[in-house]
Amino acid sequence: MPESTPNQPPLVRMSGITKRFGQVTVLRDVQFECRAGEVHVLAGENGAGKSTLIKILAGIHTDFEGRLEIDGREAHPRNPLQACALGVAVIHQELSLIGAMSVADNIFLGRTATRAGFVRAGEQQQSARRCVAQLGLDIDVRQAVEDFPAAIQQLIEIAKALSQDARVIVMDEPTSALNAPEAAKLFALIQSLKARGCAIVYITHKMEEIERIADRITVLRDGRWIGSAPAAELPAPKLIQWMVGRELGEQFPRRVPHPGRERLRLENFSVFPSGFSGRPSVTQISLSARAGEVVGIGGLQGSGASEFFLGLFGAYGSRTSGVVQLDGRSARFSSPRKAIASGVALLTNDRKATGLVLSMSVTANATLAGLRELSPCGWRNPARERAVAREITSPMRLRAPSLDAEAGTLSGGNQQKVALSKSLQTRPRLLLLDEPTRGIDVGAKREIYQLVDEWTAQGIAILLITSEMPELLTLSDRVVVLHRGRITAELSRSQATPGAVLAAAMGQVAKSL
Amino acid sequence: MNAASPAPPPPAWKIFLASAGGRALLALLLVMAAGAVFNADGAFFKIGTHRDTLRQASVYGMLACGMTLVIISGGIDLAVGSVVALTAVCAAKMAVHWNWPAWEVVPASLVIGAACGMVSGLITAAWRVQPFIATLAMMVFARGLAKYASGGMKVSTAVQNADGSYRYVDVPALFRGIDHRILGGNLSMVTVIFIICLALAWVALSRHRWGRYLYAIGGNEEAARLSGVPVIGAKACAYAASGLFAAVAGLCQAAQEQQGDPEAGAGYELVAIAMVVIGGTSLMGGRGGMGLTLLGVLTIGYLDKILSINAVPEAGRLVLTGVIIVAAVMTQRRNRK
Repeated sequence: MPESTPNQPPLVRMSGITKRFGQVTVLRDVQFECRAGEVHVLAGENGAGKSTLIKILAGIHTDFEGRLEIDGREAHPRNPLQACALGVAVIHQELSLIGAMSVADNIFLGRTATRAGFVRAGEQQQSARRCVAQLGLDIDVRQAVEDFPAAIQQLIEIAKALSQDARVIVMDEPTSALNAPEAAKLFALIQSLKARGCAIVYITHKMEEIERIADRITVLRDGRWIGSAPAAELPAPKLIQWMVGRELGEQFPRRVPHPGRERLRLENFSVFPSGFSGRPSVTQISLSARAGEVVGIGGLQGSGASEFFLGLFGAYGSRTSGVVQLDGRSARFSSPRKAIASGVALLTNDRKATGLVLSMSVTANATLAGLRELSPCGWRNPARERAVAREITSPMRLRAPSLDAEAGTLSGGNQQKVALSKSLQTRPRLLLLDEPTRGIDVGAKREIYQLVDEWTAQGIAILLITSEMPELLTLSDRVVVLHRGRITAELSRSQATPGAVLAAAMGQVAKSL
Repeated sequence: MNAASPAPPPPAWKIFLASAGGRALLALLLVMAAGAVFNADGAFFKIGTHRDTLRQASVYGMLACGMTLVIISGGIDLAVGSVVALTAVCAAKMAVHWNWPAWEVVPASLVIGAACGMVSGLITAAWRVQPFIATLAMMVFARGLAKYASGGMKVSTAVQNADGSYRYVDVPALFRGIDHRILGGNLSMVTVIFIICLALAWVALSRHRWGRYLYAIGGNEEAARLSGVPVIGAKACAYAASGLFAAVAGLCQAAQEQQGDPEAGAGYELVAIAMVVIGGTSLMGGRGGMGLTLLGVLTIGYLDKILSINAVPEAGRLVLTGVIIVAAVMTQRRNRK
């Protein structure tokens, strides 16, 4: 392992970094150093501020406080192109390649070699070929990027970074789309990049990868710097302790459990969003939920929890397998309509993209899922719709100018309440809540927690996905943890400590399972 | 965030002008004012002018009714002009050459139109072909069918005998009935039919579950699907309805021309789209309504009439109409984030 001399300045030094979005401070006095020839893992839970830090380095967020030095000189990249000129390349989770364009064109995108405005294709292809050859990649650079599998695309992205003479390469969960042999290839490449004196900043949620490639680790939590240490001094239990650290603040009263009889039963349930030949999002899930119980689904990004909900709700058609029983009756739904008719409701994790029709009124949104029942023979009854909307939104303490206001004009918390109203309006027996408090203020959050309590008292069974650990532990009667689509732990309320959940979410299978 | 002190509500006229309906009405009033100023020696104030304006706008208006449904669902229907030709040819064939009674001609024509719409609807909704492409294909296909059914010639009251000579038959009662004026000759039957179409479309859009589904699909298709909205069926029915209204327009066209012209209706789809858009219905889908479309139909109809009574040549009319469409849509875009 190439040891960098302590005198040599680190390739990247960030100190006193503070970043605010409006009122919210997402990074507070964070420091970070990465030296040439090391793989520096940036660890932390969802929302710890890892991505924000990376975006500052990459010139995407330009208004921040603090000092950024690259190669010993103060730098302030104003845009990704400038960051690139400073030798920083970021390989984002979502690839930034243009599928229909050739490999060579992608590698030189934005800095195409031209003569008098005409592309010098031959020259470009030659240098592109050299670039990919460096990675031990044998592909035709004239072929379109989309013709290659995800792993190769990932490598092309890295080739692009190398062609820019990047010395700092940031990889944000690069293995999320790769299978094991492909990931092994990537790790081999990382070793050779290290040997060439590149600094690699690596973000991952997988403990196994941290143990395998990290030289140093920096941990962020809630936007603060917790510490940096050589990987050897930070074994998994200690790392997890650094990541969760906090005591569970008794911000919110813990719910009184109301368990009833078994409502939902899953046996070997798998979801295949891209068809049975594709990769499943979740594999062989077996769990049960009682009436009045909240089962929390823990997991980090890429756990497949949201796809699990969509599969359960019939949003992937019949591309699911296994046994699903609702109150003892088979309930593997092939469409959301059937799921709703059988008493299942879903709150999606993105109210703007998949939850609400923002151009419609509060009433129209709240009654959309139940419109079939509300309009016998198809003819609508606006007065009845409004009454139903009022009835369902009033316990939510919805603050809207009127029920005729467009949903898009409401604040985030109130939009969320409209989305919840829609789910509740169909009187579900099973409620799937995906990030019910994402992006809403503390007051609205508390109200939603109370509502969850009321709903369970009515005997609704709830499955809950949330990326906020305190919320998961406060609301759940039981926690099931997913890692890459498989259950790695099932924890009772007393077993569910932040450390246990996080360890399982990072892929450490609980010994006691 | 606690509730800020409420700002004083803006004056009513401002709210009105900020709404799509207010702007569309303003556009119409501006056009009417222009008509009152450039009244062509008082021609604009004659009742006959308004009757003709409404009659001429009616066929386009029927297409605009169906187009509104499709556009609200987030799509577009380019096939309506060709469907007009197809149904006009078929109706003329059935009513003039085969001498079918009206109660057979009308349903048969409507079925032909609705079937065309249903096919392009299913192609775009179930197979997820872009509506522009699916209806473009239907536009060419239906035009071809119209030419095939008519043998490439106008289907008129001059019927060719077996020996090649022509005989003239009477204009059928159906056509005479449609091309008729009521209220002492002050209102065309075609306009009445347009108003019936508009009312039917309004009821479907505003009072039926399906209409709400169309708004939801146009506003956010994925959210609609996850709310249990039958997306494919609702979308396909919008195109079928558009085809149905195009068939009505085709019948009226045939009745007015007293023949079925396979070249009829070319470019009508664009006029219908312009009417819908000038009314303020969003081409992005999810927003709009039949009232707006009525305003759009009247605006374009009167604009065209005012230019023609002032003897502006067709070239100038087209240029001006293009400019005014852009201007109208620009004003509607203001204030919308």
